[in-house]
Amino acid sequence: MRRSLVPWIGFLPCFALLLWNSFGHPSQSEQASSAPSAAMMKAYVEVIPGTNVKFEMVPIPAGTFMMGSPASERGRLPDEGPQHKVTLGPFWMGKTEMTWEGFDIYAFSKNALKKSAGPSPEPDAGKAPDAITRPTPPYADPTFGYGRKGHPIISISHHAAMEFCRWLSGKTGKTYRLPTEAEWEYACRAGTRTPYSFGVTPGQLSQYAWFRMNSEDMPHAVALKKPNPWGLYDMHGNVAEWCLDLFDPNFYRTFKPLVPAEVPVLIPETQHYPHVVRGGSWDDNAPLLRCAARRASKEAWNQQDPQRPRSIWWLTDATFVGLRVVRPLEEQENLRNFRSLVTPGGK
Amino acid sequence: MITPNEKEKPRPTRREFLKSSTAVVGGVVAAGLGTIPAVHAAGSDEIRVGLIGCGGRGTGAAEDAVTAAPGVKLVAVGDVFKDRITDCLAQVKKAAADKVDVPEDRQFVGLDAYEKVIASDVNYIILATPPGFRPQHIKAAVAAGKHIFCEKPVAVDGPGIRTCFEVYEQAKAKGLGIGVGTQRHHQNGYVATMKQIHAGAIGQIVAARAYWNQGPIWVFPREAGWTDLEWQLRNWYYFTWLCGDHIVEQHVHNLDVVNWAMKAHPVRAVGLGGRQVRTAPEYGCIYDHFAVDYEYENGVHMMSMCRQIPNCADSVSEALVGSLGNCQADKYTITGPKAWRYRGENNLPYVQEHTDLIASIRAGKPYNEFKEVVESTLTAIMGRMATYTGKAVTWEQALSSEESLVPASLDWNMTLPVPPVAMPGQTELR
Repeated sequence: MRRSLVPWIGFLPCFALLLWNSFGHPSQSEQASSAPSAAMMKAYVEVIPGTNVKFEMVPIPAGTFMMGSPASERGRLPDEGPQHKVTLGPFWMGKTEMTWEGFDIYAFSKNALKKSAGPSPEPDAGKAPDAITRPTPPYADPTFGYGRKGHPIISISHHAAMEFCRWLSGKTGKTYRLPTEAEWEYACRAGTRTPYSFGVTPGQLSQYAWFRMNSEDMPHAVALKKPNPWGLYDMHGNVAEWCLDLFDPNFYRTFKPLVPAEVPVLIPETQHYPHVVRGGSWDDNAPLLRCAARRASKEAWNQQDPQRPRSIWWLTDATFVGLRVVRPLEEQENLRNFRSLVTPGGK
Repeated sequence: MITPNEKEKPRPTRREFLKSSTAVVGGVVAAGLGTIPAVHAAGSDEIRVGLIGCGGRGTGAAEDAVTAAPGVKLVAVGDVFKDRITDCLAQVKKAAADKVDVPEDRQFVGLDAYEKVIASDVNYIILATPPGFRPQHIKAAVAAGKHIFCEKPVAVDGPGIRTCFEVYEQAKAKGLGIGVGTQRHHQNGYVATMKQIHAGAIGQIVAARAYWNQGPIWVFPREAGWTDLEWQLRNWYYFTWLCGDHIVEQHVHNLDVVNWAMKAHPVRAVGLGGRQVRTAPEYGCIYDHFAVDYEYENGVHMMSMCRQIPNCADSVSEALVGSLGNCQADKYTITGPKAWRYRGENNLPYVQEHTDLIASIRAGKPYNEFKEVVESTLTAIMGRMATYTGKAVTWEQALSSEESLVPASLDWNMTLPVPPVAMPGQTELR
C-alpha cells in the first residue's frame, strides 16, 4: 500500500494542526510520490460499449488529507469530527454527476444502439448469485419533470446506484463503483483545507454550485458551474451524491487523528438505510454544501411508495440525490467484488 | 368489540364528561361507540386488525397498520384467493412477525370471506379489495360496529356512491372511526401546503390542473382453467366493475388534492379519452387515457389528465393557479408575492394515516374522513362517465346514475363476458 506520510507532521502540536486547517491555506495537500502506473493515469472518456453514451473520468492522485472539519468551522455538525488523517490510493472520478443517459440504458435499455450493447441485466433479483439485477419499473416518474438529457440521475436508491456501477463494470471491463466517503471528501477538497474548495465563506458559492439560493427549486444540467481545482464539477450542490459507506455519526471517533487511516470505509450490510450522501443539493443551504458536511439517507426518502415491500430501486422523495462514479487504479482489498446486499422486504 | 373500561379512562374534562354522559343516556350511541380507552393496561386497548383483500395494497396497509402504533395485531384475513393470503402473511411477518397472529381458522378464503372477517373478533377492519366491492364491504363493517381503514377509491358507480354516503351517516351516528387511503391528507408537506392555500397564500383559486400521466401497471393474461370470474378478479384492474378504470382507481388522488384545496367538488365534467395502445384482450375493457375538463360551482375549471402508456411525458402532480400566485402542490411550492416552500421533515404518510386513526380511536374520539373520499371518488366517476359517453355529465347525474356495474351476486362458474369498450357518442349515460 502506498503511504504518503510526511514524517514531520506527526510532531506538530495538535492545536497547530487545527489552526492550520481552520485557516484553510489553499496549499498543496501532502502528495505521495505516486506509483509508476499512477503516474500514467490520464483523463479519459468512457463510452459505454455498444452505445453512444459517454462520460469523462478525471485522475485523482494518491495522497493523505485531513478528513472532517474543525470544531471552529461555521455550520459544522458534530458528526464531522474529530478530524483525522486519511490516506488513499489513486483513482479516477467522474468529472460530472452521472446523467440519465447512462442509467437509462441500464434500467430501461433506452439507447438507439442498445442491440449491440451485449447481454442485458436480469429483470430482478438474481437467479445466479452474481447476476446483475436491474430496477423494477418506478412507481412515480423518477425525473419529476426536472429533465433527463444531460441532467443528473435523481430518485434512485443506494442499492440501485451500487447495482448500476456493477452493471457498468461488467459492460466496460473496468471497476466502477461509488466513491467511499473518504474518497468523496478528498476529491471534493481537491487539495484545499477550507470549508469549500474555493474558500472559507460561501460568498462565491453561486459560481460553483446550485443550491437553495440560486437553484429555483430544481436540479440543473451538470457542469454549468465552475469546477473545483481538480476539474470536478458540481461537487458542491446540484444533487447530493451517494457514497458507498453506511452512515455512522460516530465513525470518525474510531480513528486516531494523526495516524492516517488507510482507505477507510464503513462497509454496508443488508440495511436499506442510512447510507452516506455528500455535497449537499439544490435544495440545501450553504452549510450543507461544505466539503465535510455529511448526510444520512432515511426511510422517509421513499415515503410515497405504496408498495410493500417498498421498492429497493427507486425513491419517491429524493429528487436531491444522485451519483458520481469512481474507478480505483487498484481496488482496495475489502471492496473487491463487493456488492449491495440489500434485498426486497428487508429494512 | 372492545368494551371500554371506565376505571381505566383518564379523568375526563367537564366537557368530555357531559358529552359521555349524554352518550350513555343515549344508550344506542354508547353501544355502537366501541371506544377504546386511551390507556396502558395490557390488552385493554389492543387494536385487533382484520384485513379484507390481501393483494399488494392490503398487504401494505396491514404492514403499515401493525407498525403504526404499539398494541396493534393482525388477527384475521380474508381474500378470494388462498395464494394471496399466503403471500400477504409472509410479507407482513417479514416486517413484524410478533404482530401477526392469524391461525388457519382466521384465514378466510372465498367470495364471502369479508363477512367472516367482519364477524371475527376484530375491532379495526382494513378494506383493500378492488374498489367495486367497497360499498358492500364498508356497509357490512359499519353495520357490525367496527372501526375501519378504507382504501381509495370507495366505489365504481352511482349506486355504490349512494351506499357510501348512507354508510358515512351511519358511521357518524355510531361514532365509528373511518380512515381512508388518500394518504396525502397525512403527508406533512401536503398538509402544510393546504394550510397555506387556505390561508390565502395564492389568493382566490382561479384554475387547477391535476395529472397522473405515467406508464402501465401489472396485467394477468387469462390462464387455462380460470373461469370468467377468476380471471377478472385476478386481472381486476382492467374491468370497470372492479376497478372503475384508472381515472377512478389512480387519478382519484390528484382530483382529491384539488377538491381539498377548493373545499368543494366539481359540478360538471366533459372528457375525451380512449384506448389507443392497450388494446389486447388481457386489457379487458378500460381506457388507457383520459383528459377531462371539470367545472366547480364557482366557475373554476380543473384540467385533468391521466394516462397509462409507456414512453410518454410523465407527470403525477397537482397545480393551483391563484389570483395572487401559483401553487405546485406535489412539490409543496408556492410562487408569487407570498412565495413559500415546505422545508420541514417528511413523514411516512401510509403509516401516519393508521397512527392518526388509531390515536383518535384510543382517545375515544374516532375521526371519520369518509365523506371527502366519497366525493373525490364521485368526481372521478363523473369524469369517466363524461369521457365514456362523450356527454357533459353533472354531479347530480353521476350521483343518481342507475347504472350498477357490479353484478348483484357472484358465482365462480358464472358467465361473465368482457363488457364492450365504451364508445363516446354511442355509449349511453345511464
